[in-house]
Amino acid sequence: MEMTGAEILMECLLEQNVDTVFGYPGGSILHIYDALDGYSDKIRHILTAHEQGAAHAADGYARSSGRCGVVFATSGPGATNLVTGIATAYMDSVPMVAITCNVSNALLGKDSFQEIDIVSITMPITKHNFLIKKAEDIAPAIRRAFAIAQSGRPGPVLIDITKDATAEIADYQKQNVAPVKKEAQATVKEFEKAIRLLKRAKRPLIYAGGGVIAADAAEELKAFQRLLDAPVTLSAMGLGGFPAEDSAFCGMIGMHGSKASAYAVEHCDLLIAVGARFSDRATGNGDGFAPKAKILHLDADRAEIGKNVSTDGFLVGDAKAVLQKLCQRLEPQAHSVWMKQVIGQKKEHPLDASVLTPQYILEETRSQTGEDAYITTDVGQHQMWTAQYYQFNKPRHFISSGGLGTMGFGLGAAIGAQIANPDSVVVNISGDGCFHMNMNELSTAAKENLPIIDIVMNNNALGMVRQWQKLFCEGRFSQTTLNKKTDYDMVANGLGAQAFTVDTPEEFQAALKAALACRNMPTVINCIIGMDQMVQGKLTESNRE
Amino acid sequence: MTRMHVLSILVENHAGVLSRVAGLFSRRMYNIDSLSVGVTENPDVSRMTIVTMADEDTLVQIKNQLAKLVNVIEITELSKDSAVLREHVLVKVSAKDRVGVMQICDIFRANVVDISREYMTAELTGAPSKISAFIAMMEQYEVKDLVRTGLTGLARG
Repeated sequence: MEMTGAEILMECLLEQNVDTVFGYPGGSILHIYDALDGYSDKIRHILTAHEQGAAHAADGYARSSGRCGVVFATSGPGATNLVTGIATAYMDSVPMVAITCNVSNALLGKDSFQEIDIVSITMPITKHNFLIKKAEDIAPAIRRAFAIAQSGRPGPVLIDITKDATAEIADYQKQNVAPVKKEAQATVKEFEKAIRLLKRAKRPLIYAGGGVIAADAAEELKAFQRLLDAPVTLSAMGLGGFPAEDSAFCGMIGMHGSKASAYAVEHCDLLIAVGARFSDRATGNGDGFAPKAKILHLDADRAEIGKNVSTDGFLVGDAKAVLQKLCQRLEPQAHSVWMKQVIGQKKEHPLDASVLTPQYILEETRSQTGEDAYITTDVGQHQMWTAQYYQFNKPRHFISSGGLGTMGFGLGAAIGAQIANPDSVVVNISGDGCFHMNMNELSTAAKENLPIIDIVMNNNALGMVRQWQKLFCEGRFSQTTLNKKTDYDMVANGLGAQAFTVDTPEEFQAALKAALACRNMPTVINCIIGMDQMVQGKLTESNRE
Repeated sequence: MTRMHVLSILVENHAGVLSRVAGLFSRRMYNIDSLSVGVTENPDVSRMTIVTMADEDTLVQIKNQLAKLVNVIEITELSKDSAVLREHVLVKVSAKDRVGVMQICDIFRANVVDISREYMTAELTGAPSKISAFIAMMEQYEVKDLVRTGLTGLARG
């Protein structure tokens, strides 16, 4: 069937069952938005305030639903505004397809108006990218892009299409999309070695990460844990991949991790990493990590094996498929003494409910929203407090920029999560620094009548940096005290959100109740908290980087 | 132990592939001693030969990371014993002592491919050690310009 390149793109999105796109129009992408208008009954477009917000929304949509996120932007600044969002998705292995348009073929390479070489710019932050200059190449590129984004270790793919290619006529034939294969590539021999390691272990520890969530392998992880009888620690990306309420859970690993997980890492004799990549935030500097342990590494990405730590065994493949196979081959093990030792290290954090603290905010939010709420975060102290205090029992419910650490991620991600889960409660936990980065997206949430709850932990500081300055710069708080004159209520109201400013537990409780009762507009709860609240963890305990 | 490795990489012959491969090496702090690239018998496929200094762990990483690039088709490591490895050099030297230059060229079986009143240019193909030895000998004749192609090679058999 003959149609324009832009229409071919729409048809290819429908092939992939895409029904939601986040984006922002412009000159070069004119024809695509023109075609989109004709498909508005099949493809919902969410117009954000800024392309970065659109990229984060596509990301939050993907993380919360497991589907591929799609974002549109025009050439030049439209495309460059996506860069932080694409990099965020890349670092956290989120499936996303970004479609940008470039100037027409004849203008390419001539520094034309709004021309940018976005393919070169995004090469290091995409799994792959394409520059498409002919309408006939659009369909194959789109199909390949979705396959690449969702296969193996997921990640973002960018397709840059010239404006003339979107207007050109080409033949389109509908194709059925083959399901993405999820399999274990590991050999029988590698499985046998893994089983030997597992059987010999006296003090095994499971360290699981985002790969478990990406592969929807939470059930398999639980089954594996039951067979192995080992404690489980999670990276920030893995939170929700194993229930926080489970008695075998010993908390988050690493710099801001729990005492029990640090004890377990220190004393285990086999560390089984499942869909985790031994990032510096999890392991410290790598040397001296798990000093007594052999390492068994399960990952979808072969290039992660041996990258940051050397391994004694490895299984490459989709976490779900690999764990299923392991469970078939492993007889039940028993490590009750070791389990008791680790779990005995778990600390209770008694709650002081007399003042408004981050812990109170998080525990109250958890108790009012239950375990089904989707929690997005920005980056900083509030992010780590959320990771530490909020009890995530379900995968895909903690949505946070773990790898890139993108301030301003949360609100866009919350929009994506709410669009993907319209009936669920979506809460963005933010700070006053992050709020000022991308608060413009409140207008998007308001326009779309999204009941997102934006909780701002307002300590009048860039708290995480302030904490580092306190520990490492002898308390010289260079440029981290904010002293902004922002009237949060007025800003929120001005952008179409309801707002509360609270500084006591009772006020917070009431504000949250009011926010939850409102299902057709966003709410900002500006929480005034103390400036010198610290994130506890290895960093504060040992006072070193 | 860090030592020299020769990687022969088949890639799709697309614009930007060289940039993807070179970018991967620089981004991940891998070393490139030399890189040569040209089309194969199949016009859709190019072969890159990359010489890198790396320890064993890093070499595995390089191969694994390269394998993730969508345009990379196949990666093989070439060793001195199991592959023919060649490099080409063009060296332009002063023509003041033509006889001396030609004697050296004879010994190395290099060819003089250009001559003027002031300069003469010799070419030589061979293993990198032979090329280096040739260059060392030519240095006494005032090297004006020199270009080495970098190593290329094919597996034997």
